[in-house]
Amino acid sequence: MTITINGQQVAVPSDPRVSLLDLLREHLHLGGSKKGCNQGACGACTVLADGERILSCLALAVQYEGRSVVSIEGLSPDGSLHPLQHAFIEHDGYQCGYCTPGQICSAVGMAGEAKRGLPSAVTADLAADAVQLTHDELRERMSGNLCRCGAHNGIIAAIADTFGRPAVAEAAE
Amino acid sequence: MSIIDTVKQAATGMMVKLTPDAPPDPLIARKHGALGTSVPRIDGPRKVRGKAQFAAEVPAENMTYAALLYSTVARGRITALDTAATEAVPGVVFVMTHRNAPRLKPPALFQTDPRAAGASSLPVMQDAEIHWNGEPVAIVLAETQEQADHAKSLITVAYQAEPARLSFAEAATQSHQPPNVMGEPAMIQVGDAEAALAGAAFKVDLTFRTPRHSHAAIEPHAATVWWDGDQLVVHDTTQMLHQERWTLAGIFGIPEESIRILSPFVGGGFGGKGLWSHQILAVAASKLSGRPVRVALSREGVFRIAGGRTTTEQRVALGAKADGTLAALIHTGIVAMTEHNNCPEQFTFPARHLYAADAMLLEQRVAEMDMLANTFMRAPGESIGTFALETAMDELAEAMGIDPIELRRRLEPEKDPTSGHAFSSRNILEAYAKGAERFGWDKRSPVPRSRREGEWLVGMGVATATYPYYRMPGAAARVTLTRDGHARVAMASHEMGMGTATVQAQAGADRLGLPVENVTFEYGDTLLPAGTIAGGSSQTASIAAAVTAASAKLVADLLKRAGNDSPLAGLSADDVEARDGGLGHRDGGDRFESYASILGRAGLEEVSAEAEAPPPMEVMSYSMHSYGAQFCEARVNAVTGEVRVSRFLGSFDTGRILNPRNATSQFRGGIIMGLGLALMEETEFDERSGRVMNPSLAEYHVPVHLDVPEIDVIWTDIPDPHAPLGAHGIGEIGITGVGAAVANAIYSATGKRVRDLPITLDKLL
Repeated sequence: MTITINGQQVAVPSDPRVSLLDLLREHLHLGGSKKGCNQGACGACTVLADGERILSCLALAVQYEGRSVVSIEGLSPDGSLHPLQHAFIEHDGYQCGYCTPGQICSAVGMAGEAKRGLPSAVTADLAADAVQLTHDELRERMSGNLCRCGAHNGIIAAIADTFGRPAVAEAAE
Repeated sequence: MSIIDTVKQAATGMMVKLTPDAPPDPLIARKHGALGTSVPRIDGPRKVRGKAQFAAEVPAENMTYAALLYSTVARGRITALDTAATEAVPGVVFVMTHRNAPRLKPPALFQTDPRAAGASSLPVMQDAEIHWNGEPVAIVLAETQEQADHAKSLITVAYQAEPARLSFAEAATQSHQPPNVMGEPAMIQVGDAEAALAGAAFKVDLTFRTPRHSHAAIEPHAATVWWDGDQLVVHDTTQMLHQERWTLAGIFGIPEESIRILSPFVGGGFGGKGLWSHQILAVAASKLSGRPVRVALSREGVFRIAGGRTTTEQRVALGAKADGTLAALIHTGIVAMTEHNNCPEQFTFPARHLYAADAMLLEQRVAEMDMLANTFMRAPGESIGTFALETAMDELAEAMGIDPIELRRRLEPEKDPTSGHAFSSRNILEAYAKGAERFGWDKRSPVPRSRREGEWLVGMGVATATYPYYRMPGAAARVTLTRDGHARVAMASHEMGMGTATVQAQAGADRLGLPVENVTFEYGDTLLPAGTIAGGSSQTASIAAAVTAASAKLVADLLKRAGNDSPLAGLSADDVEARDGGLGHRDGGDRFESYASILGRAGLEEVSAEAEAPPPMEVMSYSMHSYGAQFCEARVNAVTGEVRVSRFLGSFDTGRILNPRNATSQFRGGIIMGLGLALMEETEFDERSGRVMNPSLAEYHVPVHLDVPEIDVIWTDIPDPHAPLGAHGIGEIGITGVGAAVANAIYSATGKRVRDLPITLDKLL
């Protein structure tokens, strides 16, 4: 029984209580996924499971047997930076850096949701094939990722720059 | 020429007049260095890759994981404690309670000694007595966190509960002045303020209430600790490295030198990351078990054992004369505290320095309660003090029928109203003017509830921001110059997101005349020269002063080593300046020698100097504060009472801005925490049980992305000639004034004054 984590086959832990987050942090020493609350309230532990963003603190590792998980360490495995990571630096989308990996993974997952046309609470046209990532859409869709340093403006600017610039420019008019 | 340029020019002239003793930092006048540019954060690539290692991620061989059990009564004694079932759980390594804990001295309380870090002076797990609801009563170590958490749940504890002081109103009846408030008198009286108030032409007399707040840093408190024989290693997340080392040494009765504390990254601090009981318990349990310990507090644990901002009740009474100046300024109130800590939440400090008034009464009182020790949280006092004072100013302006900015203009003092000192640098009216223009303040209607867009009532509010300039004594820095033209600047200081290493590399580069990419700043380790705390927005100035001293020593040493064959021969340290990778005559002529050349001739690979900063005499001679004007546009739903902050602008006067990009982020961060203070944050304290009722990020609400509009930040950028680098710290001023700006905007929108925080929708219906 294995999970694919950042492209590597990893044995499912023998203790079924081990969360996906603790598997990453304590068993594999992949400390990039952060534990901010361990209650699904802050988003710092967000990783991608088969491309979808999930809260790894609320996921038992054994549930992910046979699935493919990407954490911040696997987002750009060859040592280069993902365009969104570049944009976070450019827009100062962080201060302490603790919520940052979760924000980045969450935004990557979020962009996929928008592309697939999944509506949010602020989407006007629920039937549209794709969602325009306006400033409000980005803020609503990223609200599950808390930041306490107050880097919100930089985070949203970085995400807009990477995934939604044309739409956001219109919304700002 | 803009108003700002005019003031800058005037300020340049003032430098000569106001500083007969110490000339301003020469870097203030240097225009083309690294300072003042938006150098990207040096640690940015690590942070976005998830490669910045925090305290709970430090590996150790043979690690054990800790779980803490917290008391469920506020006052009383443990009468029975059964850990047998816990000890039988597979994987459990050790269980510590007051019965087997080592004898420990109480922590030295913060501020009782410059080296003290204790958030509370209560002994940690030394007897059966309980002092607050949530006090740790047991620590369980196990091979895995899962085992420790489960095993902890099997401990049974019985308590003999005793009467506890849990009602703030009742405790307030026994309130008293503390001996001092941050070293200042608890009460300041000028004239007879009550009589002046009674006879004033216009007056307001108001009561404000503010709740407890939690720092809610996204990184919970955590430490990874181990003993190597008599040597203790603590990987912590802390804002006070050397202070924590000294305090731990006292608690455990060991030499300071036998302890090393490392804290390269702090996942948000805001005043909360100090020495609490978990580090002490982990160190003790590690000693007894002989195993490394990782203690990573659960989010609930943070609320149970790491205190936050306390609750206050404040009175602000303002009496104005017919000409619009103040006859009376009264700001008094009571805060909840414990006997075991000393954070009296200095909410009267803004009123001590902001406004001219004929008579003043400023008094702080404390009421002791049986609760977790409260502590410093971003702009302690100033954040909630400005909420009360600046809301009252808005109410006074309305009573007088004048614009609130015009009221501030009339009340601008010529010198510090309570100390009598000259201001080192104060351009608050310029900040107001610039902010008002950019925000479009002239479009605000003085009549409340006069703008409606569909369901939304729209209003604008303004308030003053202010925070003191502090520079902490006791800092030392080491500057090392290498033959290849690189430098390492080192001090055991802290990075919690402020950009410490980046800005100090910029400052070091300009100080030494090197390109910024050739300078690294080392921090976060007690093996480095002792740093000061990351608190009071003081760290940048404290480091800069020490680096200046060390650099001067280094230059003197280099001149000595340069010898008679150097173009610099015969020049004294006062004659030369660092530039272009070496030292040159101040006259700008061609007497210059590169560091590489000096070191090469001396046959040295590197040269190093260490020095302590001079004491912060500047604050003895001048009133040194930062200022700002906070502008808010709020929308209140006429049907539901929901509040949306749609626009916000902060216009700041904080000396020279060292890194515009980092500064923007820090100001915004303060403002956003201020939005939380205004609209949603409250640590709910059950006055029946003394228990915090919302110990989670699901129920302690902080601003999320959708709550945060694009925040505009501008500044005067006028250097303070008396501060190192001409700069003031900017970590805390951002939160000040925000509560009032929001409350005043809500009043403008709705006609409703809310004087108890947070301003939730139920208070607007």
